[in-house]
Amino acid sequence: MAGPKLSLTGVSKYFPGVRALHDVSLELHSGEVTALIGENGAGKSTLVKILTGIYQPDEGKIEVDGATVVLPTAHAAFEHGITAIHQETVLFDELSVAENIFLGHAPKTRLGTIDWRQMHANAQEMLVDMGAGHIGPQQRLKDLSIANKHLVGVARALSIEAEIVILDEPTAALSYKEIEDLFALIDLLRKDGRAILFISHKFDEIYRIADRYTVFRDGEMVDKGLIRDTSQDEIVRLMVGRSVDRVFPKKKVEIGAPVLSVSGLGNPTEFADISFDLRRGEILGFYGLVGAGRSELMQAIFGISRPETGTITLDGKNLAPKSPAQAIEAGIVYVPEERGQQGVVVDLPIFQNISLPSLKKTSRSGFLQTAREFALSREYAERLDLRASSLSQTAGTLSGGNQQKVVIAKWLATQPKVIILDEPTKGIDIGSKAAVHEFMGELVEQGLSVIMVSSELPEILGMSDRIVVMREGRIAAIHENDASLDAETLVRTAADIAEVAA
Amino acid sequence: MTRVLRTREFWLGVIVVAMIVGTNLRSPGFGAPGNVLGIFNNTSILMILALGQMAVILTRSIDLSMASNLALSGMIVAMINAAHPELPVPVLMALAALIGLGLGMFNGALVWRLGIPAIVVTLGTLTIFRGLIFLIAGGKWVNADEMSPDFIQYTRIVVLGMPLLSWYAIVIAVGFFLLMTRTSLGRSLYAIGVNPTASVYAGIDVGRTKFIAFCISGALAGFCGYLWVSRYVIGSVEVANGYELTIVASCVIGGISIAGGVGSVVGALLGASFLGVINSALPVINISPFWQMAISGAAIILAVILNARGEKRGGRLILRQTEPAK
Amino acid sequence: MKDDARNTRHIPDRLDSPVRAAVLSWPSLLLAVAIGLFILNSLASPYFLSPWSLSDATFNFTEKAIIALAMALLIISGEIDLSVASIIALASTMMGLALQFGVDTPGLVAIGIATGLACGAFNGLLVTRLGLPSIVVTIGTMSFFRGISFIVLGDQAFKGYPPSFAFFGQGYVWWVVSFEFALFLVFACAYYVLLHRTSFGRWIFVIGNNQIAARFSGVRVERVKFILFCLTGLMSGIASVLLTSRLASTRPSIAMGWELEVVTMVVLGGVNILGGAGSIQGVVLAAFIMGLVTFGLGLLNVPGIVMSIFIGALLIVVIALPIVVGRIRGRSAG
Repeated sequence: MAGPKLSLTGVSKYFPGVRALHDVSLELHSGEVTALIGENGAGKSTLVKILTGIYQPDEGKIEVDGATVVLPTAHAAFEHGITAIHQETVLFDELSVAENIFLGHAPKTRLGTIDWRQMHANAQEMLVDMGAGHIGPQQRLKDLSIANKHLVGVARALSIEAEIVILDEPTAALSYKEIEDLFALIDLLRKDGRAILFISHKFDEIYRIADRYTVFRDGEMVDKGLIRDTSQDEIVRLMVGRSVDRVFPKKKVEIGAPVLSVSGLGNPTEFADISFDLRRGEILGFYGLVGAGRSELMQAIFGISRPETGTITLDGKNLAPKSPAQAIEAGIVYVPEERGQQGVVVDLPIFQNISLPSLKKTSRSGFLQTAREFALSREYAERLDLRASSLSQTAGTLSGGNQQKVVIAKWLATQPKVIILDEPTKGIDIGSKAAVHEFMGELVEQGLSVIMVSSELPEILGMSDRIVVMREGRIAAIHENDASLDAETLVRTAADIAEVAA
Repeated sequence: MTRVLRTREFWLGVIVVAMIVGTNLRSPGFGAPGNVLGIFNNTSILMILALGQMAVILTRSIDLSMASNLALSGMIVAMINAAHPELPVPVLMALAALIGLGLGMFNGALVWRLGIPAIVVTLGTLTIFRGLIFLIAGGKWVNADEMSPDFIQYTRIVVLGMPLLSWYAIVIAVGFFLLMTRTSLGRSLYAIGVNPTASVYAGIDVGRTKFIAFCISGALAGFCGYLWVSRYVIGSVEVANGYELTIVASCVIGGISIAGGVGSVVGALLGASFLGVINSALPVINISPFWQMAISGAAIILAVILNARGEKRGGRLILRQTEPAK
Repeated sequence: MKDDARNTRHIPDRLDSPVRAAVLSWPSLLLAVAIGLFILNSLASPYFLSPWSLSDATFNFTEKAIIALAMALLIISGEIDLSVASIIALASTMMGLALQFGVDTPGLVAIGIATGLACGAFNGLLVTRLGLPSIVVTIGTMSFFRGISFIVLGDQAFKGYPPSFAFFGQGYVWWVVSFEFALFLVFACAYYVLLHRTSFGRWIFVIGNNQIAARFSGVRVERVKFILFCLTGLMSGIASVLLTSRLASTRPSIAMGWELEVVTMVVLGGVNILGGAGSIQGVVLAAFIMGLVTFGLGLLNVPGIVMSIFIGALLIVVIALPIVVGRIRGRSAG
């Protein structure tokens, strides 16, 4: 049998303070689907960015057909026949389906102009071949569902004759029927001899479609092999890793009466029938697959979007925040997952970031009092052990972990009742992670209540008092986090895998 | 057919036609073919300019210097004509387009190479280009009697029932249509406006494509410089003063999104026609022409509101609603 | 410095002293340019240093500069208002109309200012309520507002403003200091405080830098923007009173083309056209520079149109220069 179509050996990638990938290897074979499995932060997305020419590896080599290649730009990756279909499809919403498929390599007439008739015909043929004849080549992409956009992405991959196709969590927002259609296509690509990298959290999908697997954990490759020789349990264990250590700084805290009660919360597309209580001094974990609707739910509670049904009660009072400003006033704050976009203002100094929601406190009848701003910022920055050379440094110059500390400091300074942390340690270094965890412990000791959305099993198991598992916009289960709860149960509930008969 | 009915261009076309028909009811003869051709001829220059502006706006930029570019290029060829009436007019036309191209390249290079926002660059060159006219001409005008008869006639000669000016607009519009729909360059202009990041993935050089868009708007503005000076038989510092925003207005009314990536050649042409028809209709139905400005302003505001309405986005689709839960 | 039990590391407020930061800032560069121009002008013309001619010089920029103060805030927040000159025209027309009904000076002033405020609120509503891009909205209202003036006036003009009305654009408060100029200085101080010394000013910067993070931090983004549009309209209304008083007449073409001059002034003053950065000091200095250039070249009998070349070039050069210098430095360092 021929060697691998694509192989990575000894690839490492470092970011300031973070080791994203360390000495990983990966092989993709023509005509086979390789599943890349790992938790969030295991290094999967970094790997995809290296393969598509967005990042350069610090060490290691990439070979295509046995020859070493470098991929300095996205275009170079494209030239080597590598294409990726992303979670958030990077295609052109305003252009037609045919154009999305053929942009950059459109069929030309003899005069060198674009041959639209040919292009539409080719696109039509391609879509029909794929069993996606319901998509018209002249439709605008923005009128298509996410599933159909994915199909267009696959068609593009077919049209540029990419030998290596990366599918990055392609099923995150699809229904069962749509997922089946997509799998039929992946089969088609496989029969066509393409080498496919399939990234997913969902085990049923991996077992349905993949031939091989590679497991990443904490930026390292821990195992690889053939799917048919390996049990689901085995892979769950590999992915979760070391029997999840519970050496988190979680102290026993007296849990009080409910502070925040959510009942029947729902909106038309994102989540439904959400009911739970958050009690004083409690850390309530929210676990689920990426795209399970956890962030959307939290943003509704924080007043970013307005739910259509249901009620939120805080300290016995009804709360229907129309804006974050109102939620903050009531005592609910939210540390967003998209730190750079929604959390810190990167071009403003640290102290201005921290004092932003507390300006009422630090100013006198609307006039700023810089000394008080500095004092407030220092208090919280130092409590969180922020590593910065000065408080006037712009937030963008900090590492991810320290930026996260700035966001948390900003919210603590408002002295909230409830703090919602959305993937609080995603993409930050070990040291900052520990600091954030330790701090959460201190918060609940002081009587705050914490909601922690996390996709990291050790974190969710180590920190939470109870764990809400969400699946496809609904609550699948609420577990007491005691010794009997294990990681595998959570993964099974989140991914809807039936219990293997013991 | 339903697809056509849903397009912005169709409805804008309907409105333009309705305005002509409506005016015709009040003042028979307004809708007569000869008069409509006259309106078209009067709007030709604006149409060409709107096409150039469209190329730039598609790429998420804006060219505020087009009117000044037009005035400068027009003035230069008018002066050359006055000094050397023997030079054939087609040479001067080409020269006007070349001067405009040069000015456009200057804009484009600043945007591409230095990354200065287009609005700042062209705000600067807007005043610079117009100032240069004064430096070159020393404040003098070029009048009708200084221009050669050919220079004046080359926009007026009637061919197949229409003055050459109209034909220039037609040829340019057709050429532009082909450029935007049949060439990779045209499609790249759209692509970088829709999604600059994805364009990089598709192998498009975003900066260079923007530069080319400015070259296009510059060259068309330069060519219009000749057309304007010949049509209105005057070259001066004041030519097309303040016209830059009328050009942008044509694009906006024509449904070209200021956020880039959206708009069509037909839309730009109809946007210009809309303003042209209002211009001609008001005096005929005994409304003072002074109403024109307020009406076009209201039209712009209305157009933006309508364009924005279709673009509201819903939430993510997470709930599985079509299938019963297992 | 005390070490507490947890032995936290002390983080200083700032590393560079504020003085050093101020010296290296954009306004100081502008100040140097302004001083240079001042010296050049006084060398070039013996008439320049006369207090009265200097006072005359202020008239050609104060009205624009008054609008530029509010426009700076708006641009820092990431929006723009191209209708300011048309607001002047409409406010002036409304004052002229009121004059026909015998309204006296206080009433005229109130009407001018109220019209400006109403126009600003109209822009603000369209942008914040309907979520429309401000550049397009205000290109529309630019035609719309001035269009109304044209409908009212056609090619006519309103004249015959009462003598007491002349004070605003022609009067002096002390020696050579005109009312206009004094008003501008007062407003400059007020806007400096508003932008750099209040919570509201901080919100403006935050919104301009990252609107989403601002909203996620509890800043009422729409409300702040709406107020800024109102302020810009208000200042345009005030500028209209001054200009109408100075010219003692209203034509629909009044202040034509000023919108771009005001934006130029703001950008020259170091305000980032993409939002998020800028200062009132810079804008004030830019106003002086534009005034000095116009006046100085005027003394040398250089026509106004040529001055505009200088202003346009200045605009591009001051923005391009830091980029080019940064690149050359980057190259030599790398």
